[in-house]
Amino acid sequence: MAEANSYIRPDTLQAALEARAAGDVVVAAGCTDLFPATERKVLPGPVLDITGIADLARIEPRDDGVHIGATATWGDVIAAPLPPAFDGLKAAAAQVGAKQIQNRGTVAGNLCNASPAADGVPPLLTLHAEVELASAGGMRRLPLAEFLTGPRATALRADELVTGLFVPLEATHGQSDFLKLGARDSLVISITMVAARVVIEGGLVTEAALAVGAAGPVATRIGTAERALIGAHLDPNAVTDEMVAAHLAPIDDVRADAGYRATAAGELLRRSLSRVAAKGAP
Amino acid sequence: MKLRFTLGARRQEVEVAPGRRLSELLRDLGQTSVKVGCDAGDCGACTVLVDGAQSCACLMPAAQVEGRVVETLQATEDELRARLQASFLAHGAAQCGICTPGVMMAALELLRERPTPSGDEIDAALAGVLCRCTGYAKIKSAIGDLGAVPVPAPEAGHAVGAPVARLDGARKVDGTELFGADVGPAEALLVRAIRSPHFHARFHFSDIAAWAEAHGVTVLTAADIPGENRFGVIPPLADQPALAEECARHLGEAVALVVGGFEVVEPLDLDDFPVTWEVLEHSLTEEAGGTGAAPQLHEHRLDNTLIRGRVASGDAETALDAAAHLAEGAFQTSYVEHAYIEPEAGLAYLDGNTLVIEACTQAPVMDQEDTARVLGLPMNRVRIIPTAAGGGFGAKLDLSVQPLIGLAALATGEPCRMVFTRRESMAASTKRHPGTMRARIGADAEGRITGMAFHGDFNTGAYASWGPTVATRVPVHASGPYLTPNYLATSRAIHTNGPTAGAFRGFGVPQAAIVQESLYDDLAASLDMDRLAFRRLNALRDGDRTPCGQVLATVGLVECLDALAPHWEAALERAEAQNAEGGVIRRGVGIASCWYGCGNTALPNPSTIRIGVTASGTLRLHQGATDIGQGANTVIAQIAADALGVPVDAFELVGPDTALTPDCGKTSASRQTFITGRAAEAAGKALRDVILRQSNLGGAARISFEGGRIVVRDGETTREIDPGAMAPDENGYVLTAEESYDPPTTMLDEDGQGTPYVLYGYGAQLAEVDVDMALGTVKVRRMVAAHDLGRVINPVLAEGQIEGGIAQGLGLALMEEFIPGRTENLHDYLIPTIGDMPEITSILIEKPDPEGPMGARGLGEHVLIPTAPAILNAIRHASGARITRVPALPHRVLAAIREAG
Repeated sequence: MAEANSYIRPDTLQAALEARAAGDVVVAAGCTDLFPATERKVLPGPVLDITGIADLARIEPRDDGVHIGATATWGDVIAAPLPPAFDGLKAAAAQVGAKQIQNRGTVAGNLCNASPAADGVPPLLTLHAEVELASAGGMRRLPLAEFLTGPRATALRADELVTGLFVPLEATHGQSDFLKLGARDSLVISITMVAARVVIEGGLVTEAALAVGAAGPVATRIGTAERALIGAHLDPNAVTDEMVAAHLAPIDDVRADAGYRATAAGELLRRSLSRVAAKGAP
Repeated sequence: MKLRFTLGARRQEVEVAPGRRLSELLRDLGQTSVKVGCDAGDCGACTVLVDGAQSCACLMPAAQVEGRVVETLQATEDELRARLQASFLAHGAAQCGICTPGVMMAALELLRERPTPSGDEIDAALAGVLCRCTGYAKIKSAIGDLGAVPVPAPEAGHAVGAPVARLDGARKVDGTELFGADVGPAEALLVRAIRSPHFHARFHFSDIAAWAEAHGVTVLTAADIPGENRFGVIPPLADQPALAEECARHLGEAVALVVGGFEVVEPLDLDDFPVTWEVLEHSLTEEAGGTGAAPQLHEHRLDNTLIRGRVASGDAETALDAAAHLAEGAFQTSYVEHAYIEPEAGLAYLDGNTLVIEACTQAPVMDQEDTARVLGLPMNRVRIIPTAAGGGFGAKLDLSVQPLIGLAALATGEPCRMVFTRRESMAASTKRHPGTMRARIGADAEGRITGMAFHGDFNTGAYASWGPTVATRVPVHASGPYLTPNYLATSRAIHTNGPTAGAFRGFGVPQAAIVQESLYDDLAASLDMDRLAFRRLNALRDGDRTPCGQVLATVGLVECLDALAPHWEAALERAEAQNAEGGVIRRGVGIASCWYGCGNTALPNPSTIRIGVTASGTLRLHQGATDIGQGANTVIAQIAADALGVPVDAFELVGPDTALTPDCGKTSASRQTFITGRAAEAAGKALRDVILRQSNLGGAARISFEGGRIVVRDGETTREIDPGAMAPDENGYVLTAEESYDPPTTMLDEDGQGTPYVLYGYGAQLAEVDVDMALGTVKVRRMVAAHDLGRVINPVLAEGQIEGGIAQGLGLALMEEFIPGRTENLHDYLIPTIGDMPEITSILIEKPDPEGPMGARGLGEHVLIPTAPAILNAIRHASGARITRVPALPHRVLAAIREAG
């Protein structure tokens, strides 16, 4: 068991996994969620800082899909050459906090923090993202929807590290978009946000992935609305408020009331689909 | 760990805890330009560049800069920084200066990549740095107009009216300005407070001595306070303990102090402090608090009523009954947080037997009086030296750290420093009063106002603070700057267990203006009159009588409205054209006016200015008005310079410092330019008279200070005075003048009749907004603000006040809602970012007031009063939504749109 104030920053995954297995540690990367959670001047530990592991920072297209390393930042995502299916994720990246946060905060950390208002989740849901988990015992992949088990709760085991995200090849097609609604221009926690990825072939929608965040304990796909789009010309108005609301479980909080969130999510999804339609074929 | 990194151009090797915030490490290394505003990545004040990329230093563990290059404003390349600094000074882009280093670092990142950035690029690059003073406009122009340099100091006699660059600006743009957290020796003891986690609770300490001994610290409680443990800005109502006794009346109230070495106290876990809480019932709203059934906060304040206010003239009820057109409504506003980027901080130490306190403040002499009272010291044994204040806006008028660090310094004999966390600052500082207000306003068939009735209940929170001022000011101003012959306005300040509501830019008048200006739009609609024309018809004019019975000498409101008229017409045309295209976004235009009396309401509030010449020929201006970013250091010097007849840079500035500067009162109530300005004008003239008498030359003579001598020239005649040949007085001056000014107000009678202020400022603003009819979101596109300044002392600083006031008014209207116990941070409590700000056009009207210095009026608070109602009226014009509760968050706007049908 590491001491409460210990801080290690290994440069290999192997060493990190050993440290992880040895005892309960706080896994740190961008620290944009860890530091705001404490008023202390020194990050409470024991801390396992994974930013020294160079391999984890990469974003790379592979034969079977796109891999986003665990320490890749929002800024890295914005700068990476990725197909239009990732435009939604890039748009979300550009609206996470502001540049200071985008330069440090990691996409994987956003998932591990598991805020219901995590901006990365809806676009990653539309990308069928899987979370890569490593432990001394080996690797496993979990679909994002299974990784996120509730507000501030994930399926990450105490001996595991998230090493990255994987977007399978079949989800890297189509056009995508992301819209965020907040009470101010930037640096704002979402009232709600939506992501859409649509594949159009021969003028007809062949695949649609829609997701809404900050309108329930975890962000969620809107299956009913997705099915309503398939096989037709892309018609945003095929998505009704009722379809969307049925998938959501919003709450009242300081930012908005529940009823508003559900209504706004439907409106935002239609707008997002209009923006996708305007982009044309990729 | 041993950490190696490059700071600017220098390699560093330091021993540091790897998880320590980079911001703390850098400050320990002397980089105090790295400001800590929130420790949560919400404000961006600690923005530094790491390998060229802007990062919040508070969010980076030190270990992560191993092998990297870190740049701060003090440690970066010189050339681009110098150009940026010059441009910031020329444009007046730094006001208080606390956000300036972070802003400049973000700008440096941008400018390296994009030497001539677009407005959108600037918005994106600066989106993560909050500024509470400037409204971002001048920051944006300074970055966009790189290459601008400050104008040279004007010649003698021409300082007033010139865009003189801030005289204290250099240290604000180079990162060397010292704020409350920046002073003090490294070995100073650290003070932290134990605060109530409950809204209302009795508490009991157990074995404090054992806990203190176990941790090697000193613990102080109310029992250790040597003086009278209560303070308050209005002495007869002083009710606030420095440390609570037995019962905490609001969340975050301090009950004990922990004092000790920095390395012990900083990491100390205060959760196991030996205190137990007995939770009591509480109230948080004016509605819940204002009854006998609610927990009663103070003895002798029946039904939690702190005070009531009243102004009555004519017969309002009869006039309203007979009115051809009647508008009425009820409105609600929220707690609003000042959200200055600098949390309260300071240092206390003993200098002989004098307790010296260096802390951020707006009111050094009031701090001196109250700290002396609490600590049982005579006034002359407490010296207050204000540090630079990283924003104030009213909340730094009340004591914060002063009695706490003073107590700690007295108890330990050591220098003691304290820095509030953001959460402490937001929980413990004062707020804008929430108001529950209703009013009726009547007009005759021609559209002339015939009468108004108003009542406002204001939640004044746990302690009195400035509650009485709000309760008094609101009835005086609730008519707005319009002729209202029959009038009855009442108010009540109600205690609750919410945070203490105190002074916040406008003292309740912005809340009341929302009511009156919204109802004016109702009346204009009922009359089918143009909304600007309706206001112009009813505007107060020279010689008109106010509801207090005061006859006004000069009123510049009509001039302001006339200046807005062409912008109004153009904006209405734009809205009509845009809305004709259809679509979900609707454009609307709104207008509102303001008036505001400068100085204390019907109470004395003198200022005194001293100017002296030393034996070595140095000219010193003792300027005791605290400059919290608004510009008193510059404006007062400009007035004094012209009165004396020397260039503004001839002065060496002294103060504020209670040991060195005569009392200039508090920086509040838009009084410094007016009242201290009058004292400065008088002192300048008096010293000029002294010098002219010495030289035996006439009034047209020119005075200059040259090589230690005073040279006076009149036509062909030149006389020299040798200060070295004269004997200095007790202040060290051979020639000196000290003058005071106190506005001749009168007491108000029971109907509020009298002269509450001798001078008012006026203004009007229009707002163009886009409302999303399906989402209820509002985007303010453009604002035009016309303000009557009487005489413009410094146009750049005046515009800065307007732009900053509009930013705060926009926040009040659209996003700012402090919810006790829920929003004590800067991500749940939202203030405007750079991208929220509209394009702003300022129009400065000069209609001199006979009482103002060189005709000048105050401006600081006026500027935010019309903003919120102008925006709300624009929302209504666009969408039909009548907003009766601010902030107009999207869900409230959408609900109002649906209600309007």
